[in-house]
Amino acid sequence: MGVRGVGDSLAEAFAQVALAMTAIITDPSMVRHTERVDIHCACPDRELLLVDWLNALVYEMACRNMLFSRFQIQIEDGSLSAAAWGEPVERKRHRPIVEVKGATYTALRVNQQKDGSWIAQCVVDV
Amino acid sequence: MPSEYPLKRQSEFSWRIDPFGKMRVPGIVYADEQLIEAMDDKVFEQLCNVATLPGIVQAAYAMPDAHWGYGFPIGGVAAFDADQGGVVSAGGVGFDISCGVRALRTGLTVDEIESRRTALADALYRHVPVGVGSTGRIHLNEKGMNAMLLGGARWAVEQGYGEPADLEHIEERGCMQGADPGEISARARKRQQDEMGTLGSGNHYLEVQRVAEIYDPEIATAFGLRENDAVVFIHCGSRGLGHQIGTEFLKYMVLAASSHHIELPDRELACAPINSELGQAYLGAMRAAINCAFANRQIITHLTRQVFAEVLPQADLTLLFDVSHNTCKLETHTVEGRKRKLYVHRKGATRAFGPGHPDIPETLRAVGQPVLIGGSMGTESHILAGSSQGEELSFNSACHGAGRAMSRHQATKRWRGRSVVDELGARGIVIRSPSMRGVAEEAPGAYKDVRAVVDAAQSAGLARKVARVEPLVCIKG
Repeated sequence: MGVRGVGDSLAEAFAQVALAMTAIITDPSMVRHTERVDIHCACPDRELLLVDWLNALVYEMACRNMLFSRFQIQIEDGSLSAAAWGEPVERKRHRPIVEVKGATYTALRVNQQKDGSWIAQCVVDV
Repeated sequence: MPSEYPLKRQSEFSWRIDPFGKMRVPGIVYADEQLIEAMDDKVFEQLCNVATLPGIVQAAYAMPDAHWGYGFPIGGVAAFDADQGGVVSAGGVGFDISCGVRALRTGLTVDEIESRRTALADALYRHVPVGVGSTGRIHLNEKGMNAMLLGGARWAVEQGYGEPADLEHIEERGCMQGADPGEISARARKRQQDEMGTLGSGNHYLEVQRVAEIYDPEIATAFGLRENDAVVFIHCGSRGLGHQIGTEFLKYMVLAASSHHIELPDRELACAPINSELGQAYLGAMRAAINCAFANRQIITHLTRQVFAEVLPQADLTLLFDVSHNTCKLETHTVEGRKRKLYVHRKGATRAFGPGHPDIPETLRAVGQPVLIGGSMGTESHILAGSSQGEELSFNSACHGAGRAMSRHQATKRWRGRSVVDELGARGIVIRSPSMRGVAEEAPGAYKDVRAVVDAAQSAGLARKVARVEPLVCIKG
């Protein structure tokens, strides 16, 4: 399934694509911001950094049994630092649809558009 | 021919793309005319990309259910010779390593389970962990995890999950040799520690089915199947551990490709020479993930038996066979009259050894390996047997399922989960699932016609149809 984020900055596009990934699993508006998890990853290639970022989130979701719906991201010189807010999965309330297995390199694209906005996208395997 | 690719018809059920550009071998697709016309051009593009990889032998193949995948098409088969610079590809195996299907006989007829059908569905749904965030009852420490990664289903049986007789009816007899737990990262272990014996989500399911039609009475008898028998199909894979290994090695292989002088036409085709440190590390990790999938399906089998023992105590669940879809295996194949050891990638494809193959259990050897083709949720599935021409045609490989005809997004726009459940209920199929949107995404209409796929597989000579089964109860992840 494809996910795409658009934002005024690279960091915002990365935050939006993460939100799109949550929307594959559940309605993001149902996910409260009760816990914060910090995530760091680094890669000089922006596109590979996007895959790393999404896969870091997949890992945190799987191991903590959590869903995330708010992201604050900083990206500098290929290094990403993020705070992700969310809460543990409540199956009755969140009604999660499907697990994300991992982010892929398919349809992978990170670039700045003519109007200055950023686009970040790839296909995630579910 | 609407395709932009130069497909040549070789026979009624096989199509060929002659090598062009950097292709080292041709691409061959097994399908009838309608299936070929319905295939996205991306399938042919991906097949041609696979044909460019170093050390590929004979051809890159696509099965009748082929559809656009990541790097390799799903329903893709390719074999590589390590001595000819051949590669192993994490993308060619996929994220859900050794995702597969196992079929169990129940020793019961449909009439014998009919009055207990709803109770059976409810008990299976309660007892088998299913859906996002579900955890199993087994929590592995480091030592237990290593033993599981080395032992597979054999480990599970030693722990009391199932019977030694089950092992004979699993590929590799339930224990993949060459697994290296030392190559499994801490993150992969962490993802798996609470997921043993869980079904997962998406297209994974557990179904109770009835044998609706026998196509080949002789082979069906050898498989212990009669019309109106109740059988169980379990479809799931290596869970979080396999997904994490796929993720990690895909990246390692992308980053290392240039140092191995490999030009990747698509990053998702990430690969490494078999005779390289990275290639060997991946093989060790992937084989451990195969064992994880074997153990997982073995534990779910045990849980299923516990439910039957409670709800239908007269049942006797015996394993017909267990097949894996996403693997790379070292096998001996005859190519142009010469026996060669090849690393056969099957991505969304089923191994299908023909009659007499030594790796088939003795009791089934005369008729060929059972090939289990799972339909989508609520639709028919098929049981086939490997053919004697399979080696020449596709390194003994066949299709694995129906293949999606529309995206999950399109499916949710078209159907509501509740109405899908009601519609299937009206046809006598009991569905239990934690997610109604998940049900809509897996609606039967979102998939291709599985019957067309298996008919093409048989007509092409990849496998022989044995029986058709229809769902009675579906526990959907």
